Amino acid sequence: MSLLEIKNVKLKLDDKDILKGLSLSVSKGEVHAIMGPNGSGKSTLSYMLAGRDGYELESGEVFLEGQSLSDMEADERARSGLFLAFQYPVELPGVGGMSFLREAVNSRRKFLGEEELDHLAFVKEARKVASKMFVKDEMLKRAVNVGFSGGEKKRFEILQMAMLKPKVSILDETDSGLDVDALKIVSDGVNAQRNDDNAIVVITHYQRLLDYIVPDFVHILSDGSIIKSGGPELALEVEKNGYAGLINAA
Amino acid sequence: MVATQETIDKVKEVSSTYKYGFVTDLEAEKAPLGLGEDIVKFISHKKKEPKWLLDWRLKAYKKWLSMEAPNWAMVDFPKINFQDIYYYSAPKTKPKLNSLDEVDPELLRTYEKLGIPIKEQEVLAGVAVDYVFDSVSVATTFREKLAKEGIIFCPISEAVQTHPDLVQKYIGSVIPISDNYYAALNSAVFTDGSFVYIPKGVKCPMELSTYFRINEQNSGQFERTLIIAEDDTYVSYLEGCTAPQRDENQLHAAVVELVAMNNAEIKYSTVQNWYPGDKDGNGGIYNFVTKRGNCIGKKSKISWTQVETGSAITWKYPSCVLKGDDSVGEFYSVAVANNAQQADTGTKMIHIGKNTKSTIISKGISAGKAQNTYRGQVQIQKNAKGSRNFTQCDSLLIGDKCGAHTVPYINQFTPHARVEHEATTSKISEDQLFYCLQRGLDTEQATSLIVNGFCKEVMKELPMEFAVEAQKLIGISLEGSVG
Repeated sequence: MSLLEIKNVKLKLDDKDILKGLSLSVSKGEVHAIMGPNGSGKSTLSYMLAGRDGYELESGEVFLEGQSLSDMEADERARSGLFLAFQYPVELPGVGGMSFLREAVNSRRKFLGEEELDHLAFVKEARKVASKMFVKDEMLKRAVNVGFSGGEKKRFEILQMAMLKPKVSILDETDSGLDVDALKIVSDGVNAQRNDDNAIVVITHYQRLLDYIVPDFVHILSDGSIIKSGGPELALEVEKNGYAGLINAA
Repeated sequence: MVATQETIDKVKEVSSTYKYGFVTDLEAEKAPLGLGEDIVKFISHKKKEPKWLLDWRLKAYKKWLSMEAPNWAMVDFPKINFQDIYYYSAPKTKPKLNSLDEVDPELLRTYEKLGIPIKEQEVLAGVAVDYVFDSVSVATTFREKLAKEGIIFCPISEAVQTHPDLVQKYIGSVIPISDNYYAALNSAVFTDGSFVYIPKGVKCPMELSTYFRINEQNSGQFERTLIIAEDDTYVSYLEGCTAPQRDENQLHAAVVELVAMNNAEIKYSTVQNWYPGDKDGNGGIYNFVTKRGNCIGKKSKISWTQVETGSAITWKYPSCVLKGDDSVGEFYSVAVANNAQQADTGTKMIHIGKNTKSTIISKGISAGKAQNTYRGQVQIQKNAKGSRNFTQCDSLLIGDKCGAHTVPYINQFTPHARVEHEATTSKISEDQLFYCLQRGLDTEQATSLIVNGFCKEVMKELPMEFAVEAQKLIGISLEGSVG
């Protein structure tokens, strides 16, 4: 059984067809990359999966571990193990990083029937994970994403992913706004979380991220559907010939 | 830290939308309905007051008769029938209590429902609590420890008997009977409240706290609190309020007077959670309060912190009169108005002495159809050279049917002073909500988190045990306002 199953989904925004019958199957232990030009529907796909208001399906269905997501709100999907690393992480003024993380982690633990972590246990765990991600304690004391640099925001996203231990992680343009050093740190953080039980879907415009997070499968998204799938070599083809060549060939 | 899911669940369990909406079945001893000279005399007689106080009350009553209710606040409510209110009611308890065992068990159960078991409070929190139940204080704790320091902390009715000179000297010295309509009314009919006296050089070793409850139907509450801090002292006073659910409007017109001498500091914190009325604005408490502190001494400091989540109508402007040179006034406020609630609240900072400083941080949150107004006055008088004020006034809107208003009055009579005013208005964005939901928080948790983040600068001014309670309250008050 696949971990994430997207079946022929169609979605409109403002009466415009954005996703036009997209299907994708992701199994445990796999990393999939979805590449596509601007306006191909990449961000719409990630919001649709995460269950954002206004991104309801017109037809088709999505399953997480065999369970349909249709009737699940965004927060239920998150607690069930679906994680979205945002392209533009949102600022929460006055909300401390540590308290935010703790609320999130305890919501997930409660859902899994695990005991909620008390303050001390949580801080200990968070510090351990943070140090691996090169996230300084000081950053956890600041308000969520407020005044963070582009690199810090992305690192904090991946730190949250590491703390929440999701089944399926969708990384939406995680490389945007990162210099090479930051890209490496973030990628290392993601790679450290790859295991046989979870799956990662990397949504990206450029191939360079895939040098660091090497995917098992690459899919080309164009005009609301996947027009070509292959191995990592497909990403190199995009790099060499651009999207236009692939789209015209399809 | 924010309101936990448990808290929210617990509240949902209660069938009523208002957590503290139960009524204690206690037989009250009442004055006859309505207000007149005879009622004022009845109250004074019940309390075995000296003649000077009765005369003072009667003078206030006459003054009140000649006054008009203020109508400048942005609040709208039917005219109050002052003849339809009971002005005195007392639970039937023994007048002298040697221990908590002697307190009416029914009363103790009420406090337990409120989550403030007296014994636990005593032992765990180290807080001396002067409980006001309806109008008469029934249990006062930690008196001995405080007495060792020479601190007086007792019901004001008791202080009238035991320290009449102090009461006579200071009552009405900050807020004269003619100050405003509701202060005059309070002066005529106040029933009880707290009295605190900190003698020279003493730092009060614990937070002093009073829990108020309005209980008897139709009995407006008219507390009167007086805190006097002599030279080189410090005291922190907490006031928290909850009230049972009622259909009829209940009037509350309290007066709080603070006096700070040389180098004295008074910190006064309030969490107000009275019944706000139902979604359509039926019922709920009218909270018309006059609070003012006199910084008489040099380098004295008075700091007001308030978290206002309850009441149908809030009309409240805790103020500081900065007479002493180098004195400091502070006002930190969070006002939450949801559904049909109306809040018109703020402060007055009157700079009289040289080099006086004031800081105003106000956070207003409006949801539902509520109207939330910040109204503040900063006055720098002619001799207040070198004085400074900083005001920051932020409003957060939830939904598109509520309103936020900011009405600052700035009067500066000397060029040698600096006044700054900053104001912002924002909304909880859909992006913020979605971000929180995507991390597994539900809408209530997310709202509570974002709103508490918005209020953080004020919340950190609250004493620790109060801050936790207040954060939960803010979350609870806004339930159902998003999504």
